Amino acid sequence: MSLFGYTIKELEEKLRKKELSASELVDMSFNRIAEVEDQVQAFITLNEEEAREQAKKYDEQSSDQKKLFALPVGIKDNIVTKGLRTTSASQFLSNFTDPLYDATAVKKLADEQAITIGKLNMDEFAMGSTTETSSYKVTRNPWNTDHVPGGSSGGSAAAVAAGEVLFSLGSDTGGSVRQPAAFSGIVGMKPTYGLVSRYGLIAFAPSLDQIGPMTQGVEDNARVLEIIAGHDQNDSTSANKEVPAYTEALTGDIKGLKIAVPEEYLGDGVDPEVKEAILNALQMFELLGATVDRVSLGHATYAPAAYYMISSAEASTSLARFDGVRFGVRAENTDNMIDMMKKSRGQGFGDEVKKRIILGTFALSADNYENYFEKAQKIRTLIKREFKTVFDNYDVVIGPTTATTAYKIGATDIDPVTANTNDMLTVPANLAGLPALSLPCGFSEAGLPIGLQIIGNHFDESTVYRVAHAYEQATNHHKKRPVLEGENK
Amino acid sequence: MKFETVIGLEVHVELKTQSKVFSASPNAFGDEPNSNVSPVDLGYPGTLPVLNEEAVNFAMKAAMALNCEIATDTMFDRKSYYYPDNPKAYQISQDKLPIGENGWIDIEVDGKKKRIGITRLHLEEDAGKLSHHPEGYSLVDYNRQGTPLIEIVSEPDLRSPEEAYAYLDKLKNIIQYTGVSDVRMEEGSLRCDANISLRPVGQEEFGTKIELKNLNSFIFVRNGLAYEEKRQAEILRAGGQLQQETRRYDEKTKETILMRVKDDADDYRLFPDPDLVPFHIDEEWKERIRQEIPELPDARKKRYIEEIGLPEYDAEVLTSSKDMADFFEETIQLDVDVKQVSNWMMGDLSAYMNKHLKELHELPITPEGLAKMINLIEDGTISSKIAKKVFAEMVENGVDPEKYVKEKGLVQISDEGQLREIVTQVLAENEQSVADYKAGKGRALGFLVGQVMKATKGQANPPMVNKLLKEEIDKL
Repeated sequence: MSLFGYTIKELEEKLRKKELSASELVDMSFNRIAEVEDQVQAFITLNEEEAREQAKKYDEQSSDQKKLFALPVGIKDNIVTKGLRTTSASQFLSNFTDPLYDATAVKKLADEQAITIGKLNMDEFAMGSTTETSSYKVTRNPWNTDHVPGGSSGGSAAAVAAGEVLFSLGSDTGGSVRQPAAFSGIVGMKPTYGLVSRYGLIAFAPSLDQIGPMTQGVEDNARVLEIIAGHDQNDSTSANKEVPAYTEALTGDIKGLKIAVPEEYLGDGVDPEVKEAILNALQMFELLGATVDRVSLGHATYAPAAYYMISSAEASTSLARFDGVRFGVRAENTDNMIDMMKKSRGQGFGDEVKKRIILGTFALSADNYENYFEKAQKIRTLIKREFKTVFDNYDVVIGPTTATTAYKIGATDIDPVTANTNDMLTVPANLAGLPALSLPCGFSEAGLPIGLQIIGNHFDESTVYRVAHAYEQATNHHKKRPVLEGENK
Repeated sequence: MKFETVIGLEVHVELKTQSKVFSASPNAFGDEPNSNVSPVDLGYPGTLPVLNEEAVNFAMKAAMALNCEIATDTMFDRKSYYYPDNPKAYQISQDKLPIGENGWIDIEVDGKKKRIGITRLHLEEDAGKLSHHPEGYSLVDYNRQGTPLIEIVSEPDLRSPEEAYAYLDKLKNIIQYTGVSDVRMEEGSLRCDANISLRPVGQEEFGTKIELKNLNSFIFVRNGLAYEEKRQAEILRAGGQLQQETRRYDEKTKETILMRVKDDADDYRLFPDPDLVPFHIDEEWKERIRQEIPELPDARKKRYIEEIGLPEYDAEVLTSSKDMADFFEETIQLDVDVKQVSNWMMGDLSAYMNKHLKELHELPITPEGLAKMINLIEDGTISSKIAKKVFAEMVENGVDPEKYVKEKGLVQISDEGQLREIVTQVLAENEQSVADYKAGKGRALGFLVGQVMKATKGQANPPMVNKLLKEEIDKL
């Protein structure tokens, strides 16, 4: 038995009937890691001893089994875990061995008895879309290890796709859950801004960041979100709203559903194979009784520019605390305080992070604030309004999650138009604070997954899940699984 | 050439809320270093600020007391700078939408009243505290990190160091009345920076501005500004030019010393803090806070003059600190002569405080005690001479005047028979003085009164002594 092909519900059943013990389940996870981690490279830190101990404790106690009893979960390494090193994939934080507290999302999982298997690789401070900017390792795409898993939550996607954990948490600032989910053939959800507490998420851009679940299937995703969502008094931006039972929305019925497809999302920058898969999916939705209309989201074309300004500006201050005083490895042989800070930051941060800090510092400086930061905020407002108009008439917006399938590792020849299209597909949902999910909708000829993106209205995750689930039920893409070299098939 | 001095003050005041402005840690002064800190205060990665409503209420209260307009929509900004006492490397402050704007307070210097504008009052978090060691390292105490702070910026309306002093005194007094801060400069709960420039009389344009720091008392503010005024005038008269700089006041040499030259304005890259949502202050909220503001010094002073009938000077002195005014009001509730209360407070009590550099709340004397003592004088139990002795015991040791007078046997002798006996004896022992008095030397009576007082250890009832002396001399 492996973690593949089982839903949370099915495992819950097996555990309750004692057909499976907590330890066996955790063993399954670590066995799989032993088998494929060399090829996948998804983890920065493993929590093996603790995890096994926890499983043993759960097996010994006969008390009520909670919602995520003994389920192996992986946590993106920018989400803090008490007593477990949290690096944000930066060598600068290699000494951050104890963050002192659990992120709210992690605590909620633990309260439901999920077991943390380890901390997952990512782009350094979540800045990147390939997981190659990590200062620790390059994570591989389980479908083809010459390719990247996407990013920045690449480790979170690859670990789920490779069956090393049952599900994982990622974070999405401009597509960092959805894009790796698409590249790695799994389901990834970026919830409405404010739905999941950000307390304990090492900030990149606080007005855009959201933690989201990454799972093999839609139902599991809805189940995990039900648990991690909800108001948190430690996060002023978390919404004080009741969390609906998303799993109850999974009826399979989307008759009469109104789907909007932005023309800009199927433009020239989108790879023909991807375009075809999306068009096929749209036909499927029509077969299921939905209506599909083309709309225009003209301002989305400006979204990437606005996104880079806003996210970099916020990041330039969010990351300022890493100065070698209390956080970040302190540089040695320095002359004075300022020299120490400069050298620590110079040595600690990778190039991509430095680039964005410089950009953000520039955008916020007195001479540029109006022309860059403020203008970007205006574009953000326009994008929000544009989506609002669309949602006045439609239930969901659908398009591809990415313009292409997963890049090759080390690729430096990504066409700028493609790169811009990729950003244009994912960042508008962050700028507008909307929920957006990616799920598998086919494979390229080379055998790499293609992701379909469903964007919903604010706090309407239920509809997004209902649509995704109906599609999943009607297709077989999610049943395929990657085969890694040398594994026991 | 004659110059006009232009001064503006920036005052920081710590608010004495229960907990810190963006975390639940206790807000307390003087505890073990780094004991009142949480991951939020330490800027731990992933932590988020949550606004303490009490801090907003306190800031609003101070802003209202300083006659500011209160913002309806406001928010917080990130102000970036690197320093080890600033754990996030940005301070959460308010830039474009401060809680209060366009306020004023009235001051009085040499009998001249003047209104000083307050540009803005905003809420922010205080930083930690550094201590530097001679061995070449520094320690940081983050207890203060996150203490709610209001920054009060005056208009450049002050024209002399004396006006600056009066402004600070009044500002401190008003804030003390609202109860939102201890405003103790020695504990750092009130801090002041000053900007000063000179311009030829009649010129509208401001001269080059110098910022003064390290002003650890109101007197140092006044002295530092006075020194600067003189220094700048000398440079300008000699045809020199000033440059924008930050200087600190040295308490020992009584001079100001250059800290750094300001080339460009510092760029703090302020922008809205995405971790804190903008918030709305509706009329109901404002009104609720307005209701909580106690009567302020100017209003009290007016009431003392108009309703209690005190002279303006007395009313001014008694309202110059909340301590004094509250003590006064508590005392006059107690069925006692109001004028006497005022006299004792302005006289012996103030003198004691000035001499010992103590504040009223530090002294053990109580309103009940003072009222009792005054009534003991009024009903003739003690003489006012004895009262001074009793009062000294009250401010020093907090004694109950009635008990003390009884225990020490200080009760005034008003028994005619007893006194007459002493009087006759004194007259017998001082025949010469009696003769002098009879020969028309009025002063001799004073001497005789003194002798009676001496014989009774000051406890004799003076009017009675006078009366009896005259009666007995007439008999001779």
